[in-house]
Amino acid sequence: MIGLNHFLVFSGTLFCIGLFGALAKRSAIAILMGLEVMLTAVNINLVAISRYVTPEYLVGQVFAVFVIAVAAAEVAVGLALIVAIYRNRISVNVEDFDWLKW
Amino acid sequence: MVFMFWLIAIITLGSALAMVLNKNIFRSALFMVVTFIGVAAMYVLLQADFLAAVQILVYAGAIAIFIVFGIMLTVRGNMKQTNLFSKNAALAGLVSLVLVVINAIMVLTSDWPVSEAAPPVETVGQIAELMLTKFIVPFEVVAVLLLVALLGAIIIAKEVKKTS
Repeated sequence: MIGLNHFLVFSGTLFCIGLFGALAKRSAIAILMGLEVMLTAVNINLVAISRYVTPEYLVGQVFAVFVIAVAAAEVAVGLALIVAIYRNRISVNVEDFDWLKW
Repeated sequence: MVFMFWLIAIITLGSALAMVLNKNIFRSALFMVVTFIGVAAMYVLLQADFLAAVQILVYAGAIAIFIVFGIMLTVRGNMKQTNLFSKNAALAGLVSLVLVVINAIMVLTSDWPVSEAAPPVETVGQIAELMLTKFIVPFEVVAVLLLVALLGAIIIAKEVKKTS
């Protein structure tokens, strides 16, 4: 029998894989991909709790739609930033982005 | 249901791990698409059919195209060794692993108020009703946010000319 716990552990594990990708990678695009996976994992959490705790009331799914919209906006702005930085530095390696250090 | 859950969970987590561990960034992007489709299948198991469709349209469609565009605009030459780990990969792996364990322990020891009521058969109507009545303000804010993000992305990606 698959219950709420299975979905929550699954989404937590997926979140941590995305976190690992976002923290451990060198390419800025790979970091964005890790962030997207993290946001998706949060959505599974919202939908699972909505399905098992308040099944007759779909607030969790509405929240998930908002998270998807914010994720789409975030990836658009993030990639525009990466392209703009690439034009100046000819690199997407985050270890080269050190303008704010002194 | 039990078999489908384990199958989808193994495919999704396996492709997410392959996405993180692959050294070729284009293959990472393809594994990311598999992960998103697996998550859409998870939504179907949770009886959220509308969200499954939105997930495939937005994540596996639009965001995957965005990421592939970003890769094609920034990576020159061959794709080998384009997605390497940084210096602090070992520390990041340790943090993630500890977080997995803590999360699993917290979930399994918590007492969730699980309800036995049946979920609604048709979800689109109820989501639309909630969005246009109770959540009308966040709905409009998200619309403005998407517009601002669109304009901002165009302005940032287009080189800003110096005014004299």
